[in-house]
Amino acid sequence: MDISVFEVAGPVMIGPSSSHTAGAARLARIAARIAAEPFHHVSFGLHGSFARTYKGHGTDRALLAGALGMREDDERLADSFDIAAERGVGYDFHEMDLDGFHENSVEMVFALDSGKPFSVTGSSLGGGRIAVKRINGFNLDFTAHVPTLVIEQRDEKGVISEITGVLANHGINIGTMRVSRTAKGETACCVIELDAEVSEDIVARIKGLNHVITAIAVHPEA
Amino acid sequence: MYNTISELLSLAEARGVGMWEIVLENEIKLNEESAETVFEKLDQRYEVMLNSASRALERGLPAVGGLITGFASAQNRFAEAGGGITGPFINLVMARALSCGEVNASMGKICAFPTAGACGILPAVLITAGEKYSMDRRTILEAMLTASGLGAVITRNATVSGAEGGCQAECGAAAAMAAAAAVQMAGGSCRTAINAFCFALMNCMGLVCDPIAGLVQMPCALRNASQAVNALISADMALAGITSVIPADEVLEAMFHTGRSLPAALKETAMGGLAATPAGKKIQADIFGL
Repeated sequence: MDISVFEVAGPVMIGPSSSHTAGAARLARIAARIAAEPFHHVSFGLHGSFARTYKGHGTDRALLAGALGMREDDERLADSFDIAAERGVGYDFHEMDLDGFHENSVEMVFALDSGKPFSVTGSSLGGGRIAVKRINGFNLDFTAHVPTLVIEQRDEKGVISEITGVLANHGINIGTMRVSRTAKGETACCVIELDAEVSEDIVARIKGLNHVITAIAVHPEA
Repeated sequence: MYNTISELLSLAEARGVGMWEIVLENEIKLNEESAETVFEKLDQRYEVMLNSASRALERGLPAVGGLITGFASAQNRFAEAGGGITGPFINLVMARALSCGEVNASMGKICAFPTAGACGILPAVLITAGEKYSMDRRTILEAMLTASGLGAVITRNATVSGAEGGCQAECGAAAAMAAAAAVQMAGGSCRTAINAFCFALMNCMGLVCDPIAGLVQMPCALRNASQAVNALISADMALAGITSVIPADEVLEAMFHTGRSLPAALKETAMGGLAATPAGKKIQADIFGL
Protein backbone atom coordinates (compact mmCIF):
# COMPACT_ATOMS: atom_id res chain seq x y z
CA MET A 1 0.00 0.00 0.00
CA ASP A 2 1.63 3.20 -1.16
CA ILE A 3 -0.97 5.56 0.32
CA SER A 4 -0.19 6.88 3.79
CA VAL A 5 -2.84 6.73 6.51
CA PHE A 6 -2.24 10.46 6.91
CA GLU A 7 -3.52 11.10 3.41
CA VAL A 8 -6.77 9.54 4.67
CA ALA A 9 -6.78 10.95 8.23
CA GLY A 10 -5.94 14.45 7.11
CA PRO A 11 -5.04 17.04 6.20
CA VAL A 12 -5.81 19.09 9.28
CA MET A 13 -7.19 22.22 7.69
CA ILE A 14 -9.52 25.16 7.89
CA GLY A 15 -12.85 24.30 6.26
CA PRO A 16 -14.99 24.03 4.36
CA SER A 17 -13.26 22.61 1.27
CA SER A 18 -9.89 20.93 0.73
CA SER A 19 -9.76 22.18 -2.85
CA HIS A 20 -11.45 25.59 -2.51
CA THR A 21 -10.07 26.58 0.90
CA ALA A 22 -7.01 24.54 1.96
CA GLY A 23 -5.55 24.21 -1.55
CA ALA A 24 -6.21 27.90 -2.25
CA ALA A 25 -4.34 28.97 0.90
CA ARG A 26 -1.45 26.68 0.08
CA LEU A 27 -1.19 27.89 -3.51
CA ALA A 28 -1.07 31.55 -2.51
CA ARG A 29 1.42 30.85 0.28
CA ILE A 30 3.76 29.10 -2.16
CA ALA A 31 3.36 32.01 -4.60
CA ALA A 32 4.29 34.56 -1.93
CA ARG A 33 7.21 32.35 -0.91
CA ILE A 34 8.50 32.38 -4.51
CA ALA A 35 8.04 36.17 -4.67
CA ALA A 36 10.31 36.32 -1.59
CA GLU A 37 9.88 40.10 -1.36
CA PRO A 38 7.52 42.41 0.52
CA PHE A 39 4.43 43.46 -1.43
CA HIS A 40 1.69 46.03 -0.86
CA HIS A 41 -1.08 44.68 -3.06
CA VAL A 42 -2.13 41.37 -4.52
CA SER A 43 -4.70 40.87 -7.23
CA PHE A 44 -6.45 37.51 -7.64
CA GLY A 45 -7.94 36.52 -11.00
CA LEU A 46 -10.33 33.62 -10.38
CA HIS A 47 -11.10 31.06 -13.05
CA GLY A 48 -13.74 28.33 -13.42
CA SER A 49 -15.19 26.90 -10.23
CA PHE A 50 -13.06 29.30 -8.20
CA ALA A 51 -14.79 32.21 -9.93
CA ARG A 52 -18.29 30.77 -9.47
CA THR A 53 -18.14 29.54 -5.88
CA TYR A 54 -15.35 31.43 -4.12
CA LYS A 55 -17.62 33.33 -1.74
CA GLY A 56 -19.33 30.22 -0.41
CA HIS A 57 -16.08 28.37 0.25
CA GLY A 58 -14.03 31.25 1.63
CA THR A 59 -11.63 30.87 -1.30
CA ASP A 60 -11.04 34.64 -1.23
CA ARG A 61 -10.10 34.68 2.48
CA ALA A 62 -7.97 31.56 2.03
CA LEU A 63 -6.04 32.99 -0.93
CA LEU A 64 -5.34 36.24 0.87
CA ALA A 65 -4.35 34.39 4.06
CA GLY A 66 -1.93 32.26 2.06
CA ALA A 67 -0.41 35.32 0.40
CA LEU A 68 0.09 36.75 3.91
CA GLY A 69 2.03 33.59 4.82
CA MET A 70 -0.64 31.72 6.76
CA ARG A 71 -0.79 27.95 6.54
CA GLU A 72 -3.95 26.07 5.57
CA ASP A 73 -4.49 24.97 9.20
CA ASP A 74 -4.07 28.48 10.65
CA GLU A 75 -7.22 29.49 12.51
CA ARG A 76 -6.65 33.16 11.64
CA LEU A 77 -7.38 32.27 8.02
CA ALA A 78 -11.02 33.41 8.25
CA ASP A 79 -9.83 36.84 9.49
CA SER A 80 -7.41 37.46 6.63
CA PHE A 81 -9.24 40.57 5.36
CA ASP A 82 -8.70 42.27 8.75
CA ILE A 83 -5.12 41.05 9.01
CA ALA A 84 -4.31 42.40 5.53
CA ALA A 85 -5.77 45.78 6.53
CA GLU A 86 -3.64 45.82 9.69
CA ARG A 87 -0.53 45.08 7.65
CA GLY A 88 -1.43 47.66 5.02
CA VAL A 89 -1.70 45.09 2.24
CA GLY A 90 -4.32 45.78 -0.42
CA TYR A 91 -6.13 43.12 -2.44
CA ASP A 92 -8.79 42.60 -5.05
CA PHE A 93 -10.63 39.67 -6.60
CA HIS A 94 -11.97 39.47 -10.12
CA GLU A 95 -13.18 36.77 -12.46
CA MET A 96 -11.06 35.85 -15.45
CA ASP A 97 -10.87 33.19 -18.12
CA LEU A 98 -7.69 31.13 -17.96
CA ASP A 99 -8.35 29.08 -21.05
CA GLY A 100 -7.29 25.44 -20.73
CA PHE A 101 -6.57 25.64 -17.02
CA HIS A 102 -8.01 23.37 -14.31
CA GLU A 103 -11.45 24.42 -12.94
CA ASN A 104 -9.89 25.63 -9.69
CA SER A 105 -7.26 28.05 -10.94
CA VAL A 106 -6.12 31.54 -10.03
CA GLU A 107 -3.73 34.14 -11.38
CA MET A 108 -2.01 36.08 -8.59
CA VAL A 109 -0.39 39.40 -9.46
CA PHE A 110 1.75 40.83 -6.68
CA ALA A 111 2.67 44.52 -6.49
CA LEU A 112 6.13 44.19 -4.97
CA ASP A 113 7.57 47.08 -2.99
CA SER A 114 10.61 46.94 -5.29
CA GLY A 115 8.37 47.65 -8.27
CA LYS A 116 9.41 44.42 -10.02
CA PRO A 117 6.52 42.68 -11.80
CA PHE A 118 5.61 39.32 -10.29
CA SER A 119 2.79 36.92 -11.08
CA VAL A 120 2.01 33.28 -10.41
CA THR A 121 -0.77 31.17 -11.90
CA GLY A 122 -1.68 27.85 -10.34
CA SER A 123 -4.39 25.29 -9.70
CA SER A 124 -5.88 23.54 -6.69
CA LEU A 125 -6.22 19.90 -7.69
CA GLY A 126 -8.26 18.51 -4.77
CA GLY A 127 -7.42 17.14 -1.34
CA GLY A 128 -5.22 20.19 -0.72
CA ARG A 129 -2.84 19.31 -3.54
CA ILE A 130 -1.75 22.12 -5.85
CA ALA A 131 0.19 22.78 -9.03
CA VAL A 132 2.10 25.95 -9.91
CA LYS A 133 1.65 26.37 -13.65
CA ARG A 134 3.15 29.72 -14.55
CA ILE A 135 5.57 32.22 -13.01
CA ASN A 136 6.08 35.61 -14.69
CA GLY A 137 4.92 34.20 -18.00
CA PHE A 138 7.16 31.10 -17.84
CA ASN A 139 5.09 27.94 -18.27
CA LEU A 140 5.99 25.39 -15.60
CA ASP A 141 4.34 22.59 -13.69
CA PHE A 142 5.30 21.67 -10.17
CA THR A 143 3.48 20.75 -6.99
CA ALA A 144 5.78 22.09 -4.24
CA HIS A 145 5.03 18.88 -2.33
CA VAL A 146 8.75 18.07 -2.43
CA PRO A 147 11.66 20.48 -1.91
CA THR A 148 11.83 22.62 -5.04
CA LEU A 149 14.31 25.15 -6.39
CA VAL A 150 12.93 27.94 -8.59
CA ILE A 151 15.69 29.71 -10.48
CA GLU A 152 15.59 32.54 -12.99
CA GLN A 153 18.66 32.82 -15.16
CA ARG A 154 19.92 34.28 -18.41
CA ASP A 155 19.54 31.79 -21.24
CA GLU A 156 23.28 31.17 -21.69
CA LYS A 157 25.24 28.00 -22.41
CA GLY A 158 26.53 26.17 -19.36
CA VAL A 159 24.34 27.81 -16.71
CA ILE A 160 22.30 24.68 -16.09
CA SER A 161 25.36 22.47 -15.68
CA GLU A 162 26.81 24.94 -13.16
CA ILE A 163 23.58 24.85 -11.16
CA THR A 164 23.40 21.05 -11.16
CA GLY A 165 27.12 21.00 -10.32
CA VAL A 166 26.48 22.91 -7.09
CA LEU A 167 23.75 20.43 -6.14
CA ALA A 168 25.94 17.43 -6.99
CA ASN A 169 28.81 18.83 -4.93
CA HIS A 170 26.49 18.96 -1.93
CA GLY A 171 25.19 15.43 -2.48
CA ILE A 172 21.66 16.49 -3.39
CA ASN A 173 19.85 14.30 -5.88
CA ILE A 174 17.59 15.83 -8.53
CA GLY A 175 14.13 14.28 -8.94
CA THR A 176 12.88 16.23 -11.94
CA MET A 177 13.97 19.34 -13.76
CA ARG A 178 12.26 21.65 -16.21
CA VAL A 179 13.52 24.72 -18.02
CA SER A 180 11.22 27.24 -19.65
CA ARG A 181 12.14 30.38 -21.59
CA THR A 182 10.27 33.18 -23.24
CA ALA A 183 12.70 33.55 -26.16
CA LYS A 184 16.11 32.14 -27.04
CA GLY A 185 18.96 34.03 -25.44
CA GLU A 186 16.77 35.99 -23.04
CA THR A 187 15.79 34.93 -19.53
CA ALA A 188 14.79 31.42 -18.59
CA CYS A 189 13.16 29.81 -15.58
CA CYS A 190 14.36 26.53 -14.18
CA VAL A 191 12.42 24.41 -11.68
CA ILE A 192 14.26 21.57 -9.97
CA GLU A 193 12.50 19.09 -7.70
CA LEU A 194 14.88 17.59 -5.17
CA ASP A 195 15.04 14.52 -2.96
CA ALA A 196 16.18 16.56 0.05
CA GLU A 197 15.85 20.10 1.37
CA VAL A 198 18.55 22.59 0.43
CA SER A 199 20.18 24.94 2.93
CA GLU A 200 20.19 28.72 2.46
CA ASP A 201 23.94 28.38 1.96
CA ILE A 202 23.46 26.24 -1.16
CA VAL A 203 20.80 28.63 -2.46
CA ALA A 204 23.27 31.50 -1.95
CA ARG A 205 25.92 29.61 -3.92
CA ILE A 206 23.51 29.13 -6.83
CA LYS A 207 22.49 32.80 -6.67
CA GLY A 208 26.17 33.70 -6.88
CA LEU A 209 26.68 31.84 -10.18
CA ASN A 210 27.24 33.77 -13.38
CA HIS A 211 23.98 34.51 -15.27
CA VAL A 212 21.73 33.43 -12.37
CA ILE A 213 19.28 36.23 -11.58
CA THR A 214 17.38 34.77 -8.61
CA ALA A 215 17.11 31.43 -6.83
CA ILE A 216 14.43 30.49 -4.30
CA ALA A 217 14.06 27.26 -2.35
CA VAL A 218 10.47 26.21 -1.63
CA HIS A 219 10.15 23.58 1.08
CA PRO A 220 6.82 21.80 1.51
CA GLU A 221 6.41 22.53 5.22
CA ALA A 222 8.02 25.99 5.17
CA MET B 1 1.94 -6.40 1.61
CA TYR B 2 -1.63 -5.45 0.68
CA ASN B 3 -3.50 -3.49 -1.95
CA THR B 4 -6.98 -4.90 -1.34
CA ILE B 5 -9.21 -5.45 1.67
CA SER B 6 -9.02 -9.25 1.33
CA GLU B 7 -5.20 -9.05 1.35
CA LEU B 8 -5.24 -6.87 4.47
CA LEU B 9 -7.67 -9.25 6.19
CA SER B 10 -5.64 -12.34 5.18
CA LEU B 11 -2.42 -10.85 6.54
CA ALA B 12 -4.06 -10.00 9.87
CA GLU B 13 -5.72 -13.40 10.19
CA ALA B 14 -2.62 -15.36 9.17
CA ARG B 15 -0.61 -13.65 11.86
CA GLY B 16 -3.37 -13.50 14.44
CA VAL B 17 -3.08 -9.72 14.87
CA GLY B 18 -5.42 -6.77 14.47
CA MET B 19 -5.65 -5.08 11.07
CA TRP B 20 -4.27 -1.94 12.69
CA GLU B 21 -0.95 -3.72 13.25
CA ILE B 22 -0.60 -4.55 9.55
CA VAL B 23 -1.53 -0.96 8.66
CA LEU B 24 1.00 0.35 11.17
CA GLU B 25 3.80 -1.82 9.74
CA ASN B 26 3.01 -0.55 6.26
CA GLU B 27 3.03 3.05 7.45
CA ILE B 28 6.38 2.61 9.20
CA LYS B 29 7.90 1.25 5.97
CA LEU B 30 6.24 3.81 3.72
CA ASN B 31 7.41 6.91 5.59
CA GLU B 32 10.47 5.44 7.31
CA GLU B 33 9.01 6.53 10.64
CA SER B 34 8.86 4.87 14.05
CA ALA B 35 5.62 3.47 15.48
CA GLU B 36 5.87 6.15 18.14
CA THR B 37 5.91 8.92 15.51
CA VAL B 38 2.90 7.41 13.72
CA PHE B 39 0.93 7.36 16.98
CA GLU B 40 2.01 10.93 17.79
CA LYS B 41 0.72 12.12 14.42
CA LEU B 42 -2.54 10.20 14.92
CA ASP B 43 -2.88 11.76 18.34
CA GLN B 44 -2.46 15.28 16.94
CA ARG B 45 -5.23 14.62 14.46
CA TYR B 46 -7.43 13.08 17.13
CA GLU B 47 -7.05 16.26 19.20
CA VAL B 48 -8.35 18.29 16.24
CA MET B 49 -11.24 15.82 15.91
CA LEU B 50 -12.11 16.16 19.62
CA ASN B 51 -12.21 19.94 19.29
CA SER B 52 -14.31 20.02 16.14
CA ALA B 53 -16.75 17.46 17.59
CA SER B 54 -17.40 19.63 20.65
CA ARG B 55 -17.00 23.24 19.52
CA ALA B 56 -20.55 23.73 18.23
CA LEU B 57 -22.31 21.66 20.93
CA GLU B 58 -23.13 24.64 23.15
CA ARG B 59 -23.81 27.37 20.59
CA GLY B 60 -24.14 27.62 16.83
CA LEU B 61 -21.30 28.85 14.63
CA PRO B 62 -21.99 31.47 11.93
CA ALA B 63 -21.24 30.57 8.30
CA VAL B 64 -21.99 31.93 4.83
CA GLY B 65 -25.71 31.24 4.32
CA GLY B 66 -26.04 29.86 7.84
CA LEU B 67 -27.92 26.77 6.62
CA ILE B 68 -26.83 24.54 9.52
CA THR B 69 -25.99 27.04 12.26
CA GLY B 70 -27.34 25.77 15.59
CA PHE B 71 -28.02 22.19 14.46
CA ALA B 72 -25.36 20.63 16.70
CA SER B 73 -26.40 22.47 19.85
CA ALA B 74 -30.06 21.58 19.27
CA GLN B 75 -29.17 17.91 18.87
CA ASN B 76 -26.90 18.03 21.91
CA ARG B 77 -29.63 19.53 24.12
CA PHE B 78 -31.98 16.85 22.85
CA ALA B 79 -29.43 14.14 23.72
CA GLU B 80 -28.98 15.58 27.19
CA ALA B 81 -32.75 15.60 27.70
CA GLY B 82 -32.93 11.87 27.04
CA GLY B 83 -32.61 11.67 23.29
CA GLY B 84 -36.18 10.98 22.13
CA ILE B 85 -36.70 7.78 20.17
CA THR B 86 -33.11 6.58 19.71
CA GLY B 87 -31.80 7.66 23.11
CA PRO B 88 -28.85 9.71 24.38
CA PHE B 89 -26.07 7.64 22.77
CA ILE B 90 -27.23 7.91 19.15
CA ASN B 91 -28.26 11.53 19.65
CA LEU B 92 -24.83 12.44 20.99
CA VAL B 93 -23.19 10.68 18.02
CA MET B 94 -25.30 12.82 15.69
CA ALA B 95 -24.63 16.01 17.69
CA ARG B 96 -20.87 15.44 17.42
CA ALA B 97 -21.04 14.78 13.67
CA LEU B 98 -23.14 17.94 13.24
CA SER B 99 -20.65 19.92 15.32
CA CYS B 100 -17.82 18.96 12.97
CA GLY B 101 -20.01 20.04 10.05
CA GLU B 102 -20.66 23.44 11.63
CA VAL B 103 -16.99 23.97 12.46
CA ASN B 104 -16.06 23.10 8.88
CA ALA B 105 -18.70 25.40 7.36
CA SER B 106 -17.66 28.29 9.61
CA MET B 107 -14.04 28.11 8.46
CA GLY B 108 -12.89 26.43 11.64
CA LYS B 109 -10.17 23.79 11.99
CA ILE B 110 -11.07 20.19 11.13
CA CYS B 111 -9.34 16.97 10.18
CA ALA B 112 -10.45 15.87 6.70
CA PHE B 113 -11.25 12.18 7.21
CA PRO B 114 -11.22 11.17 4.43
CA THR B 115 -12.50 14.54 3.15
CA ALA B 116 -13.53 17.87 4.68
CA GLY B 117 -17.15 17.30 3.66
CA ALA B 118 -17.22 13.99 5.57
CA CYS B 119 -15.14 15.20 8.52
CA GLY B 120 -17.77 14.46 11.20
CA ILE B 121 -18.26 10.71 10.88
CA LEU B 122 -15.01 9.26 12.24
CA PRO B 123 -14.86 11.72 15.18
CA ALA B 124 -18.48 11.04 16.16
CA VAL B 125 -18.02 7.27 16.09
CA LEU B 126 -14.52 7.04 17.60
CA ILE B 127 -15.14 9.52 20.43
CA THR B 128 -18.57 8.25 21.43
CA ALA B 129 -17.70 4.55 21.19
CA GLY B 130 -14.46 5.28 23.08
CA GLU B 131 -16.52 6.81 25.89
CA LYS B 132 -18.98 3.93 25.91
CA TYR B 133 -16.17 1.41 26.45
CA SER B 134 -14.09 3.74 28.68
CA MET B 135 -11.15 3.28 26.33
CA ASP B 136 -7.71 4.80 26.70
CA ARG B 137 -6.40 7.06 23.96
CA ARG B 138 -4.04 4.47 22.52
CA THR B 139 -6.84 1.92 21.92
CA ILE B 140 -8.92 4.55 20.14
CA LEU B 141 -5.92 5.45 17.95
CA GLU B 142 -5.56 1.77 17.03
CA ALA B 143 -9.15 1.83 15.76
CA MET B 144 -8.31 5.04 13.90
CA LEU B 145 -5.42 3.19 12.21
CA THR B 146 -7.71 0.41 11.00
CA ALA B 147 -10.17 2.99 9.66
CA SER B 148 -7.37 4.91 7.91
CA GLY B 149 -5.82 1.77 6.44
CA LEU B 150 -9.18 0.76 4.95
CA GLY B 151 -9.59 4.34 3.72
CA ALA B 152 -6.27 4.03 1.90
CA VAL B 153 -7.60 0.95 0.07
CA ILE B 154 -10.77 2.87 -0.86
CA THR B 155 -8.65 5.79 -2.12
CA ARG B 156 -6.43 3.47 -4.14
CA ASN B 157 -9.04 1.13 -5.63
CA ALA B 158 -12.10 3.40 -5.80
CA THR B 159 -12.45 7.07 -4.82
CA VAL B 160 -13.26 9.27 -1.83
CA SER B 161 -14.11 12.29 -3.99
CA GLY B 162 -17.72 13.51 -4.09
CA ALA B 163 -17.05 15.04 -7.49
CA GLU B 164 -16.04 11.61 -8.78
CA GLY B 165 -18.27 9.23 -6.83
CA GLY B 166 -21.05 11.19 -5.09
CA CYS B 167 -21.75 11.27 -1.36
CA GLN B 168 -21.45 7.48 -1.09
CA ALA B 169 -17.73 7.96 -1.86
CA GLU B 170 -17.23 10.60 0.83
CA CYS B 171 -19.67 10.05 3.69
CA GLY B 172 -20.23 6.42 2.64
CA ALA B 173 -16.50 5.68 2.67
CA ALA B 174 -16.19 7.36 6.06
CA ALA B 175 -19.11 5.27 7.37
CA ALA B 176 -17.50 2.04 6.13
CA MET B 177 -14.18 2.98 7.74
CA ALA B 178 -15.92 3.95 10.98
CA ALA B 179 -18.01 0.75 11.00
CA ALA B 180 -14.87 -1.39 10.92
CA ALA B 181 -13.29 0.75 13.64
CA ALA B 182 -16.43 0.41 15.79
CA VAL B 183 -16.35 -3.40 15.52
CA GLN B 184 -12.70 -3.40 16.57
CA MET B 185 -13.56 -1.20 19.56
CA ALA B 186 -16.41 -3.52 20.51
CA GLY B 187 -13.99 -6.46 20.53
CA GLY B 188 -15.17 -8.07 17.29
CA SER B 189 -12.89 -9.99 14.94
CA CYS B 190 -11.20 -8.59 11.82
CA ARG B 191 -13.63 -10.54 9.66
CA THR B 192 -16.58 -9.06 11.56
CA ALA B 193 -15.10 -5.58 11.06
CA ILE B 194 -14.94 -6.18 7.30
CA ASN B 195 -18.58 -7.33 7.27
CA ALA B 196 -19.52 -4.07 8.97
CA PHE B 197 -17.46 -2.21 6.35
CA CYS B 198 -19.50 -3.92 3.62
CA PHE B 199 -22.86 -3.18 5.26
CA ALA B 200 -22.12 0.53 5.68
CA LEU B 201 -21.32 0.86 1.96
CA MET B 202 -24.34 -1.26 0.98
CA ASN B 203 -26.59 0.91 3.12
CA CYS B 204 -25.75 4.06 1.19
CA MET B 205 -24.90 2.70 -2.27
CA GLY B 206 -25.79 5.37 -4.81
CA LEU B 207 -26.08 8.26 -2.36
CA VAL B 208 -25.66 11.45 -4.39
CA CYS B 209 -23.72 14.63 -3.65
CA ASP B 210 -26.15 17.55 -4.02
CA PRO B 211 -25.02 20.44 -1.81
CA ILE B 212 -27.52 23.30 -1.72
CA ALA B 213 -25.96 26.44 -3.23
CA GLY B 214 -22.73 24.45 -3.51
CA LEU B 215 -22.07 25.03 0.18
CA VAL B 216 -20.71 22.20 2.32
CA GLN B 217 -23.69 22.51 4.70
CA MET B 218 -26.98 20.98 3.59
CA PRO B 219 -27.49 18.11 3.29
CA CYS B 220 -23.80 17.44 4.09
CA ALA B 221 -24.21 17.96 7.85
CA LEU B 222 -27.22 15.61 7.95
CA ARG B 223 -25.33 13.03 5.92
CA ASN B 224 -22.48 13.17 8.43
CA ALA B 225 -24.93 12.53 11.26
CA SER B 226 -26.82 9.77 9.45
CA GLN B 227 -23.68 8.05 8.13
CA ALA B 228 -22.16 8.04 11.62
CA VAL B 229 -25.29 6.19 12.74
CA ASN B 230 -25.04 3.96 9.65
CA ALA B 231 -21.53 3.01 10.80
CA LEU B 232 -22.79 2.02 14.24
CA ILE B 233 -25.79 -0.02 13.10
CA SER B 234 -23.61 -1.70 10.44
CA ALA B 235 -21.19 -2.63 13.22
CA ASP B 236 -24.03 -4.02 15.32
CA MET B 237 -25.41 -6.08 12.43
CA ALA B 238 -21.98 -7.57 11.85
CA LEU B 239 -21.47 -8.17 15.57
CA ALA B 240 -24.85 -9.95 15.64
CA GLY B 241 -23.38 -12.46 13.21
CA ILE B 242 -24.89 -11.29 9.93
CA THR B 243 -22.37 -11.75 7.09
CA SER B 244 -21.98 -10.11 3.70
CA VAL B 245 -22.71 -12.29 0.68
CA ILE B 246 -20.59 -9.96 -1.46
CA PRO B 247 -16.84 -9.78 -0.70
CA ALA B 248 -15.65 -6.38 0.53
CA ASP B 249 -13.49 -5.64 -2.52
CA GLU B 250 -16.47 -6.31 -4.78
CA VAL B 251 -18.70 -4.05 -2.67
CA LEU B 252 -16.07 -1.36 -3.03
CA GLU B 253 -15.86 -1.87 -6.77
CA ALA B 254 -19.65 -1.66 -6.97
CA MET B 255 -19.54 1.66 -5.10
CA PHE B 256 -16.90 2.94 -7.54
CA HIS B 257 -18.85 1.88 -10.64
CA THR B 258 -22.09 3.24 -9.21
CA GLY B 259 -20.31 6.55 -8.65
CA ARG B 260 -19.02 6.54 -12.21
CA SER B 261 -22.56 5.89 -13.50
CA LEU B 262 -24.06 8.82 -11.61
CA PRO B 263 -24.72 11.84 -13.81
CA ALA B 264 -22.52 14.90 -13.23
CA ALA B 265 -25.53 16.82 -11.86
CA LEU B 266 -25.43 14.52 -8.82
CA LYS B 267 -21.71 14.79 -8.13
CA GLU B 268 -20.88 18.00 -6.27
CA THR B 269 -21.91 20.37 -9.03
CA ALA B 270 -24.94 21.73 -7.14
CA MET B 271 -27.02 21.14 -10.29
CA GLY B 272 -29.13 18.17 -9.18
CA GLY B 273 -30.91 16.61 -6.23
CA LEU B 274 -31.76 19.00 -3.39
CA ALA B 275 -29.64 21.76 -4.96
CA ALA B 276 -31.91 21.77 -8.03
CA THR B 277 -35.20 22.09 -6.12
CA PRO B 278 -37.03 25.44 -6.34
CA ALA B 279 -36.28 26.09 -2.66
CA GLY B 280 -32.64 25.07 -3.13
CA LYS B 281 -32.24 27.37 -6.10
CA LYS B 282 -33.86 30.22 -4.19
CA ILE B 283 -31.37 29.77 -1.34
CA GLN B 284 -28.54 29.91 -3.87
CA ALA B 285 -29.97 33.08 -5.42
CA ASP B 286 -30.43 34.69 -2.00
CA ILE B 287 -26.83 33.99 -0.99
CA PHE B 288 -24.98 34.64 -4.22
CA GLY B 289 -27.46 36.92 -6.00
CA LEU B 290 -27.33 34.81 -9.14
